[in-house]
Amino acid sequence: MRYLPKSDIERRQMLEALGLGGMEELFAHIPAEIRLSRPLNLPDGVSEMEVLRYFQKRAGENAAGYVSFLGAGVYHHFRPVVIDSLISRGEFYTAYTPYQAEIAQGTLQSIFEFQTMICQLTGMEVANASMYDGSTALPEAVLMAARITGRRKVAVARSVHPEYRQVLDTYTRFQGIQVRELEYDREAGTLAPFTIDDGVAAIVLQSPNFFGIVEDLERAAEMAHAAGALLIVVITEPVSLGLLKPPASADIVAMETQALGMAPSYGGPYAGVIATREKYVRSMPGRLVGQTTDAQGRRGFCLTLATREQHIRREKATSNICTNQALCALMAAIFMTVYGKEGLRELARQNLAKAHYAASRLKLKFSGPFFNEFVVAGGKTRALLDKKILGGLDLRKFYPELGEALLVSVTEVHTRQQIDELVGGLA
Amino acid sequence: MKKARPHVNQNEGLIFEHSSPGKRAWQLPPLDVPEVDPAAALGGDHIRESIGGFPEVSEVEVVRHFTRLSTWNYGVDTGLYPLGSCTMKYNPKVNEVVARLEGIAGVHPYQPDALAQGCLKILRLLSGCLLEITGMEAITLQPAAGAHGELTGILLVRAYLESRGNPRRKILIPDSAHGTNPATAAIAGYQVENIRSNALGTVDLDVLRRAVTEEVAALMITNPNTLGIFEENIGAIAEILHARGAQLYMDGANMNALVGMVRPGDAGVDVMHLNLHKTFSTPHGGGGPGAGPVGVKKHLEPFLPVPVLEKGAGGRLRLIHHRPQAIGRVRAFTGNFGVLVRALAYILACGGNGLKAATQDAVLNANYIRKGLEDVYDLPYKQPSLHECVFSDRLQAGHGVRTGDIAKRLIDYGFHPYTVSFPLIVHGALMIEPTESESKEELDLFIEAMREIAREAEQEPQTVLAAPHTTRVGRLDEVTAARRPILRWQEPIAE
Repeated sequence: MRYLPKSDIERRQMLEALGLGGMEELFAHIPAEIRLSRPLNLPDGVSEMEVLRYFQKRAGENAAGYVSFLGAGVYHHFRPVVIDSLISRGEFYTAYTPYQAEIAQGTLQSIFEFQTMICQLTGMEVANASMYDGSTALPEAVLMAARITGRRKVAVARSVHPEYRQVLDTYTRFQGIQVRELEYDREAGTLAPFTIDDGVAAIVLQSPNFFGIVEDLERAAEMAHAAGALLIVVITEPVSLGLLKPPASADIVAMETQALGMAPSYGGPYAGVIATREKYVRSMPGRLVGQTTDAQGRRGFCLTLATREQHIRREKATSNICTNQALCALMAAIFMTVYGKEGLRELARQNLAKAHYAASRLKLKFSGPFFNEFVVAGGKTRALLDKKILGGLDLRKFYPELGEALLVSVTEVHTRQQIDELVGGLA
Repeated sequence: MKKARPHVNQNEGLIFEHSSPGKRAWQLPPLDVPEVDPAAALGGDHIRESIGGFPEVSEVEVVRHFTRLSTWNYGVDTGLYPLGSCTMKYNPKVNEVVARLEGIAGVHPYQPDALAQGCLKILRLLSGCLLEITGMEAITLQPAAGAHGELTGILLVRAYLESRGNPRRKILIPDSAHGTNPATAAIAGYQVENIRSNALGTVDLDVLRRAVTEEVAALMITNPNTLGIFEENIGAIAEILHARGAQLYMDGANMNALVGMVRPGDAGVDVMHLNLHKTFSTPHGGGGPGAGPVGVKKHLEPFLPVPVLEKGAGGRLRLIHHRPQAIGRVRAFTGNFGVLVRALAYILACGGNGLKAATQDAVLNANYIRKGLEDVYDLPYKQPSLHECVFSDRLQAGHGVRTGDIAKRLIDYGFHPYTVSFPLIVHGALMIEPTESESKEELDLFIEAMREIAREAEQEPQTVLAAPHTTRVGRLDEVTAARRPILRWQEPIAE
């Protein structure tokens, strides 16, 4: 086996050193009745060439050559090549969680930079080192709001990603937290007028929402704060923050960072993140990197405020999360560094222009302002598939009340010609 | 020091400190559609000012910045990384290549099933392999990490017991368990009751018998446990639980000791998770991503989270999103798919025999280290070791040298430290897991380094106490970091 760095002679030498006659003796203390007495029923190991061949074949069975306008929480953006070339350094991707700070300063400083850029992007004061994804960041944010307010109810806009809401149900069911849904305006696609009582821990709103529509966060914040509740803002398309006002009126931001340099990869890995105000930092889940110094006064970074975490607090921890999505957070940090202050704005402008170019010749379901995603009335995706175009997500499975409707995402990767073909097929 | 000597270490500030207006690392193609005025399209109230503090640097600066940072890290590619319970094995390079193939990395999770058959076949083949390896009967690949798998598994137990009329109130957890176990039980709405280990470091059957009442939903057991000791009574433990209608959950974090040798499903386990980033070679990435598939016995299958993979007419694979008894959804989309791809690449490359050989080498390596160090470090539990061995710092503590100091000194010798101060049942623990990826040469160097540090602890403790001496920063002031947290860079205020 090419991954095992020992010769049989060395194995024998080592067994001899242990006074053993064979490998099986290392397992002799395990009761025979539960030891596997046959070989695993798996194929024999294969060469690198054959491994490649297997996956190339599978890759060819996945809509090769199609143009995709799918979004709905996962976006097709260009990934600058420096991302993969840098994260492929073994010192980054084959390292563990940076518990031993002295030989993990690379990971620690890059996470500190990630936390900083997430704060700059969202207008929050602290951001953690990542969560599994946006869909699990949301329930963690809700549990955090419940801890802060001591309340057990939460009001969630139906225009929050439907799968995120399903994950929220799974997490909150046994915490005695009641989830109530807030309707969207069928005309504008924005949050419909609502009232809440003072038992509510948080209002949860996504912007741009699942339909691509930009929400009025300041109004929602006023409503929440007037009732003593927090505002949780979900963001699934952070490129929008190149143009959109940061959700600074939120108390907690639960964000998916896939759009910042992660491939769609059939659902993951991506990185979620929770950002909030300084005063709530001790209620936060997940790892945090902080700046400090060594005995000689040199700047360095280490994991900090670990007394919130499971390895210290066990059942009293703020979350059970341990492994997070550090390498994906590094991808996002590199992506944000490459685009920077001007580039992210320009990237967002291109997304806006291309989406609006496409939408201008289509019949939209909603009148609210949108960034790079919108809902088209009707849904002739079959004809598009014949032209090798994945035209968008059929919304009937999540919102049957909308009738035939397609959620379409247009980004910088789509050329005018591709957009014209999409529009031609949909019109 | 045979393995290492210091070399030039580049200084590098924060990326924000390199920033200067007008520098750029990006270029987009010219816009081929009409410009849109953001204020007109989005509403003037919704538009932001520029992103204050965001960096402006050139491409070469981006590359140098992150390359320099990377050189301050230690990875498996650098050398032995003996973190106990973490299984820091070699991450094959081909795994990275296949996960990045355009037809795999470019697939959108909402592509119709008919246009994602390649991905679904990967999920199906991986599921089949993991079921054969674990002896379980059904599996979900959705969970994103070990702790996420634990939550999924305990929710499955809860849903199953609820369907029989009573979800019960308590989860039992041995005192040697990882912290994620009790934290998970709490999120699933259970009270935690800790079970004291016996003198052999394993679950005490009498204690367990007394603890298992009608209130108990499950025992979460790690096998081999965090001492690297196999719970030989696993069969009897399962019987005690099952007799009272409770379930046996196995934390598979240490599965690298068992693949090809023992299948938890054959030993009475009802539900377990695997850490693909440990046993199945996917990289840890500086803290993640991972994947934590959960295997179950038949009776728990109806409750698996959606989506569930199914073979339809004509052999077509599809994802089922609605199942009446499912615990719901634990994560959006289809799990950490890229991690699953890497794990399958590893399994295919190893094959059944290679996986078993890896297990044997991993156990051989741990025992070789144990043998090489047991006369200079205290070994509190003398039971046979599997994939890891746990010493205590009792002998060195007499000279004022603790496990954390020995770990820091190990860095100077060119190694990553072992796991410090865990499991909690060993005072001053040194938890060492070499994995199968280490050559005899590397192991001999490690043993020599550890023996040398034991000598230093006795004869020149100050050398150990002040370690590391060769890193770019010394021991960091973690107390101040927590007391006055600085969690982001802030632009200096202009005078």
